[in-house]
This record gives sequence, structure tokens and C-alpha cells, in this order.
Amino acid sequence: MSKFTQSNSTISTLTGSKSLLSRENQDKLLHGAIWAAAGVTILFLLWVVWHILSNGLSHVSWEFITGAYTRIGEASGIWAMIVSTVYMVLLSLAFAAPIGIMTAIYLTEYAKPGSKFVQVIRFCTESLAGIPSIVYGLFGMTFFVTTLGLGFSILSGALTLAMLILPVIIRTTEEALMAVPMSYREGGYALGSSKIYTIWRLILPSALPGIVTSVILSTGRVIGESAPVFLTAGMVTQIPDSVMDSGRTLTVHLYKLTQELFTQHEWDQAYATATILIVLVLMLNLATKVIAGRLNK
Amino acid sequence: MNTATKVQPQGLQLAPKNAIDIKEIFFHGLFLCCAMVGVLSVSTIGWFVFNEGLPAFKEAGVTEFVTGKEWLPPALYGILPMIVASIISTAGAVMIGVPIAILTAVFLAEIAPKWLADLVRPAVELLAGIPSVVYGFFGLVIIVPAIETLFNIPAGNTLLAGIIVLAIMILPTVITISETSIRALPSVYKEGALALGASHVYSIFKVLIPAAKSGILTGVALGVARAIGETMAIIMVMGNAPAMPGSILEPARTLTANIAMEMSYATGIHSSALYATGIVLLAFIVLLNGSLLYLNRKRAY
Repeated sequence: MSKFTQSNSTISTLTGSKSLLSRENQDKLLHGAIWAAAGVTILFLLWVVWHILSNGLSHVSWEFITGAYTRIGEASGIWAMIVSTVYMVLLSLAFAAPIGIMTAIYLTEYAKPGSKFVQVIRFCTESLAGIPSIVYGLFGMTFFVTTLGLGFSILSGALTLAMLILPVIIRTTEEALMAVPMSYREGGYALGSSKIYTIWRLILPSALPGIVTSVILSTGRVIGESAPVFLTAGMVTQIPDSVMDSGRTLTVHLYKLTQELFTQHEWDQAYATATILIVLVLMLNLATKVIAGRLNK
Repeated sequence: MNTATKVQPQGLQLAPKNAIDIKEIFFHGLFLCCAMVGVLSVSTIGWFVFNEGLPAFKEAGVTEFVTGKEWLPPALYGILPMIVASIISTAGAVMIGVPIAILTAVFLAEIAPKWLADLVRPAVELLAGIPSVVYGFFGLVIIVPAIETLFNIPAGNTLLAGIIVLAIMILPTVITISETSIRALPSVYKEGALALGASHVYSIFKVLIPAAKSGILTGVALGVARAIGETMAIIMVMGNAPAMPGSILEPARTLTANIAMEMSYATGIHSSALYATGIVLLAFIVLLNGSLLYLNRKRAY
């Protein structure tokens, strides 16, 4: 918003004082500004990633990844947090993915496009996407943890995060389904297939890459969230025995570590945990690229 | 597999075997039920947040709650300092981040050669995927000490540190959506401008950006939403003092940080006051989306 007005006013001041800057020089100036802005963006990214990786990579070891967490001492690992994070991802996807995909099927294949009912569902999905994640945490803590009596557990956290990623899955799957050519449906029906058979055997397989992308995107969201997680899943550093146990995910662990950066060992641990998180994000990004590449072939 | 493929015995009248296909109806119903989950989620969250927040509004009074300058639970519930901190940190992040983001979007859509844009775009996506605690950690180890040295103050956990971290965090959102909306413009806009003798840069700033305005505004609004809603990174770098910040070189606590920091031990009216903080936060988001709708509608006429 502000840039828009600013760039406009830059131009008008520049054009207003023609004697100061020729049009050619204005062009060069603005051209330079565009390159500089892109440079700043890239520099920030490189800086963040480089700073974390260069300080963290040397502390990532097999012992660190598979070791048990100890409050004090030199040999502290993050295995419990990795297990909790994996639980959290799998469980929240198990809730959100089927519901999200089926909602998308309903919206694209069954509902009358543009009907009042569809508008209500769309409005609600968009509202869900707009709610700040801390409000999800607030809600999850009262509803799942206290009211339903699930306690601080992976299950409470996963249910909360499932609500949070639902809009992501619905929207991305919907786009994938809408990209399936109409002729597939017509072909299916022309051969006498029923609607559900056509969806199952023709439409879903051809939309699969898009659906997988939506699942990967929400995996990233689940891994990256922290505020709603520590309010619902707690931050116990034990390996969870079941989904009813409290668990600490990697992001919550990094947050807790930064609250107590006293010894060099704690610093190393924090950098190493941040490194693991960045590597995870890199791998997820790569996975979506590979799938998108397959899709274009 | 299903009724339509079965061979009908000869001599019988050809008609759909089952006028009502139970399988069809079952799946239609199942999909419909799933579609209702989203609606149900929003109504449950809305009902809960308002129901839980109301006692605090009743106890403290809405005006006192929103304009009160003291946050001393369980005695005083005033969240004006948090509102101010949220607004200033978001506005600051927008002032720094949005110009850079829009120019980068222009760079990707118009200036960069294809190979370079294909390198920068994944980098921007990576920037979007990095967890907010990692940004918070980066802010804590780089930006906070830098502010301490630069301004010669004892603690760098300040509003300014929050502004810088948020500015980095909103970059990818604004860049991606602005780039898409600039690319979506019909090519005649640029061709027309160039045919009239305008330079490339001139046509970008005078024709393309104004034409893509509604898309760019949407990107900015989403960036603002991300900045207002951000919690952990802010807690890590902003100092979290619930007092009115005197300048951007003082610590501050945002609405989100207020909820996250006290929720785990709050009970009774204190907990209700945190829900009320959530209502205020939601009010900001509604206001934001409302003004976006209004701006885009005005443009459409």
C-alpha cells in the first residue's frame, strides 16, 4: 500500500523537476531500485540460512538426532522432539486430509457452483484461514484440552492443527480438481460409469499430484507452527508413548532453548535444532518441485 | 462394479435398475458432511472465543478494557499498550517490507531474465516456509545485539527488533501475490505503453503497478495479517513488557504475545481477559479484510 503511493510520488517529484533528472536518469534510478530490492530480499534469505547452517551443521550429528534429551550435560539429543513432530504431522494430516479432500470434491463435483450454500462454505473456509494461529491455540486449549478432557496431548495439538491446515488442503485440492479437463468426466459418464466411479477412477488419479502438493504444504505448516502447539500439546521432553501423551515438537523445542541460552552447549543445541528445521523445509520444498515437475511432463 | 454395467435380461423393460442408487447417495452425503466441518469449525471457534471473552468485558467494561493502560492481572485489565505495540510493529514492518517486496515482485515479473527469476522464485518460497521460531532465533542472535550496539542501549529486545523481523517475514507473502497479479495483466497494457514511447521502467510504474493495484493490495493485506498474527518470533525479540512503549527502542508486548505468554497459567477472569484479547485481535483481522473488500469493490466500478 505504502510503496504504491510512494513510488508514484517518487515519479511525480522526479517528473516535476525535469531539470534535475532527465527521464533517462529516472529510469536508471528506478531500475537500480528494483535490482536493489531484489538483492535485499535474496541477501536476507542467504543471510538467515547461511547464519543458521554455518553455526549449526557442525553440531548436527547422529548422536544429536537420535539422543535422549537431558536438561544438563553435553550429550543432549532431540529424538523425542522428532518423534513428537512426526506424530503431530501424521495425526493432524489423518484428520485434515480426508475431510479437506472430500470437501474439495463436494465443492467441485457435487455442489451447484455459485449457490448460497457453496458461498457459505467458501466464506467459512476463508475465515478459518484468516484466524491468527494463537487464537487456534487459545481455542484448542479450552476446547480440546479442558472441555473435552484430552489434556495436554499430541491428540489435542493435532486436532487444533488439523483445523488450522484444513483451508490449505481444501483450497489446493480444489484447484487440482478444477484443473482436470471436463472431457474426463464426460468420457466417464459416456461409458456409463456412475459419478462416484468416475471421481474415484478418473478424476482423483489425474488430480493426485496437486493433492499430494497440498498435503506437503500442510506438512510444512504443521512443522512450522509453534504457538498453538505448546498451548495444546505441552512441552514435555519425553518420547510420547501414545497420542494421549504430551510432547514437544521441534519448533517448540527451539523456542524453549532460546529462553535459556546460557552455556555454549545450549547455543550449539539451538543452532543445530534450527538447522534441522531449515533442512526439513528445504526437503519439503524440493519434494513439491519434483512433483510439480512430474505434473508438467 | 455398478448397476449401469450389468446386462439387462431380455424382454424386460429397459429402465435404470435402481432409480435411487444407495452408493451414490452415501458418498454424496459423506462429502456434504465433510464440507460442513469447516462451517462447524468456524462457528465453534467463534462461539467459544466470544463466550469465554465476554466475562472479562463485563468485569472490566469494553471501553476500559480497550483503552486501559495498565495490565496487572488479576486487578487491572487494560490492553491499550498491546494494541499500540501490535499496530506500530505491523505498520513498521509494512513500511520497510512492502516497498522491498513490491519492487522484488516487479523484478521477478518484468526485469529479471528467465533463468534468474527461476532461481529467485524458489528462494522466495523457501523464505515463506521457514518456521517463525527460526526467524525469532535469527532476530535474537543477530538483530537484537545489533540494535544494542548501534543505539548503545542495554537491551536490544525492542519494538524495532520486532519490526525488522516482521518485515522479513512478510516479504514472501507480498512478493508472491504481487508477482502473480502483475503477471496476470493482459500484455496489451505494456504493449500500449511501450507503443506510446514510454520506457520499460516508466510503463512499469505508471501502467503495470496501478493496473495490478487490487492484487498488490491483497498481497499487502495478507502480509499485514501475517504480521498481526505472528506470535513466537515477536515473543523472542520484543522484550514482552506489558507497558506502553515510549519509543521503538523500548520493549513492548503485542496482543498475540499477551495471549501466548499468559494462557498456560491463567485462570478465571484472567483467562477470560486473554480471550477478550483474542476478540480484539479478530476485530483487527475483520477490519483488515473489510477494508480490502471495500477497496477492491471501489476499484471494480
